[in-house]
Amino acid sequence: MASKDFIRKRFFPHIWCPGCGHGIILNGLVRAVENLGLDRKNIVMVSGIGCSARISGYVDFHSLHTLHGRALAFATGVKLSKPELDVIVPMGDGDALAIGGNHFIHAARRNIEMTAIVMNNRIYGMTGGQFSPLSGYGTMGTTVPYGNIDHDFDVVDLSLSAGATFVARTTTYHVHEMIDLLTKAISHKGFSVLEVLTQCPTYFGRRNRIGDAVQMMETYKTGTTRIGSKKKQENPELIERGIFAQKELPEYCREYDSIIEKAKRK
Amino acid sequence: MNKTIRFMQGNEVCAEAAIYAGVNFFAGYPITPSTEIAESLALRLPESGGKFIQMEDEISSMCAIVGASLTGNKAMTATSGPGFSLMQEALGYAIMAEIPCVIVNVMRGGPSTGLPTQVGQGDVYQTRYGTHGDHAIITLTASNHADIFRMTIEAFNFAETYRTPVILLLDEVTGHLREKIEIPEPGKIPLVKRLRTAVKAGVDYHPYLPREDGRLPMSDFGDVHRYNVTGLYHDMWGFPTTNPPVVYGLIRHLVDKIENNTPRITRFRKYYTKDADTLFISYGASARSTLHLVENRRKRGENVGLLELQTLWPFPAEIVRDACSKVSLVIVVEMNMGQIAKEVKLAVNNPENVFLANRIDGELITPTDLRNTLRVIQGKGV
Amino acid sequence: MAKTQLKEHHIELGWCKGCGICVHFCPKKVLEMDDQDKAYAARPEDCICCRMCELRCPDLAVEVICESPNKKKAAAKTMEAANE
Repeated sequence: MASKDFIRKRFFPHIWCPGCGHGIILNGLVRAVENLGLDRKNIVMVSGIGCSARISGYVDFHSLHTLHGRALAFATGVKLSKPELDVIVPMGDGDALAIGGNHFIHAARRNIEMTAIVMNNRIYGMTGGQFSPLSGYGTMGTTVPYGNIDHDFDVVDLSLSAGATFVARTTTYHVHEMIDLLTKAISHKGFSVLEVLTQCPTYFGRRNRIGDAVQMMETYKTGTTRIGSKKKQENPELIERGIFAQKELPEYCREYDSIIEKAKRK
Repeated sequence: MNKTIRFMQGNEVCAEAAIYAGVNFFAGYPITPSTEIAESLALRLPESGGKFIQMEDEISSMCAIVGASLTGNKAMTATSGPGFSLMQEALGYAIMAEIPCVIVNVMRGGPSTGLPTQVGQGDVYQTRYGTHGDHAIITLTASNHADIFRMTIEAFNFAETYRTPVILLLDEVTGHLREKIEIPEPGKIPLVKRLRTAVKAGVDYHPYLPREDGRLPMSDFGDVHRYNVTGLYHDMWGFPTTNPPVVYGLIRHLVDKIENNTPRITRFRKYYTKDADTLFISYGASARSTLHLVENRRKRGENVGLLELQTLWPFPAEIVRDACSKVSLVIVVEMNMGQIAKEVKLAVNNPENVFLANRIDGELITPTDLRNTLRVIQGKGV
Repeated sequence: MAKTQLKEHHIELGWCKGCGICVHFCPKKVLEMDDQDKAYAARPEDCICCRMCELRCPDLAVEVICESPNKKKAAAKTMEAANE
């Protein structure tokens, strides 16, 4: 099956702005699914609200477009009730970590097998460019016209602390790496988090004078480095990419199966 | 024949009835006075391969049961006022996306944290109007264990029949009260199965195209039909749309499928109403006290009767109007500031004859309270 | 081993939103934007079939269709076998 068979072509061109990184993530995602040879009828994509959430409408899987921040909660119901399904949950940064922050840490803590993709463009795009919990101190947005005094989260640190058993980061510039990490995240037996730095040229790029999509992707090239690289030692400002955790721990649905065994023996 | 007679709490009865109805997924969060439903199902569900999950809050609990329903399961949650407030967003989603599921709200005194361990019936309007936007809803209630059993099953049956969330509105007294119940034999009470599409793989399936009878056959996530589910206005394939005729058609469908079936959804009990001159209308724990008073007064030769409502929404206006047409006095008994009393006044021909007997102090309304109210209304003094 | 060879750049013009990512990041500067702000292969002969334009296209509009000489030989062999 070719990667294009995984998208609903009748809805293209998509609604995202020119140069929006979300399309690159969609592009990588269908290739990862193709690599894995997954059956479309076994995949459920659950998304929340925002620019990112629209991704679920473009994939030819079972798709559940839910409420702002709640995608992981809906996904937990889908997965636990039918564990044989592959559940993929793409979320925006505000979606995953502001309104959905509680669901995020608890899904990670349970180690329920699903793939959380944090499409981090550091802004609320759908509503027109308000700062998000990942915008960072000093950034500009429509609700921080004098500059942002909110500090940001580190998605990787947060996921590790919350107990995610696969944690990785990449960018829309590093597409081969992104496909590789998506492939690994989806096949991981546990709760996996992949943060993808993705450009919002329309709001974040323009308001913060970074430039257009191309210039934003250039910053991913120059502003990031592989985990543990020499470059990072020389320049601590660089954002690390790669796999931060990959471990096997008891998975929630399999654990529940043993509860069922116990209850039946009773 | 072996009768299964048990002595248990109303909340436990609700859990047993849910098992009887075929529930196989529960997600919830601890909250007084509904917690025993979660506790009972945590124990009972895995025995038959069902799933129980304690979520991080009531928001996620409501979301999780929607997800579980979509994979083909009978799913439910249980909560009380504050938790029910948190569920309103996802409740609206379930209405819009037409997801069968059951939400039990065991009412306590409100607003806010209110009276966690005491009784109230102040959430009647919340079940009807709690989530935003125009919509219709089914709310059922019960006053005794046998009826809690039946209404729990009805809740699942209506959820599947009308492809909608159904709210079972109990209260602290009925939930915590222990009394005898005879558990019906399996198969004695009919159960409505999930209506699944007969459309084969490769043929276009329309998840949101109602059949002639108004029902919408479903396809489980994981089956051959891949479709979209959204809380946005959507077309018959489930994809978002703002096309005015489609938007109009969907909101009409969501409201009509319930409002037009009000007679089929209405459940009630009548006690001594045939020759009644004074009619009490009540529900839930209040109806227990009312029935006690009515039986007491009957012994004294007074022509009083009781209409006990078990379907609160859609409001059974015709039944109420009909029952009130031959009486000179109507007294609505409830533990709130007159939520059903208002509906009764709207429904009857002579609203000036409708009075409210209530308690709003966290205590169960008693037969003595009702007797006193009756005397005041009759001009006899307390 | 013989190099993979380009057959064509298939660009879905209705999907391309003209962001210029493919043009900018092409290592061989094969692509350019036309006067409608749509990408096109200006120098296809320089293409090395790395597919970076295809993978980075946010509109899923670019497809680099390549042929590997080995595959060509393999295909020819199959044809031969079929003919026999």
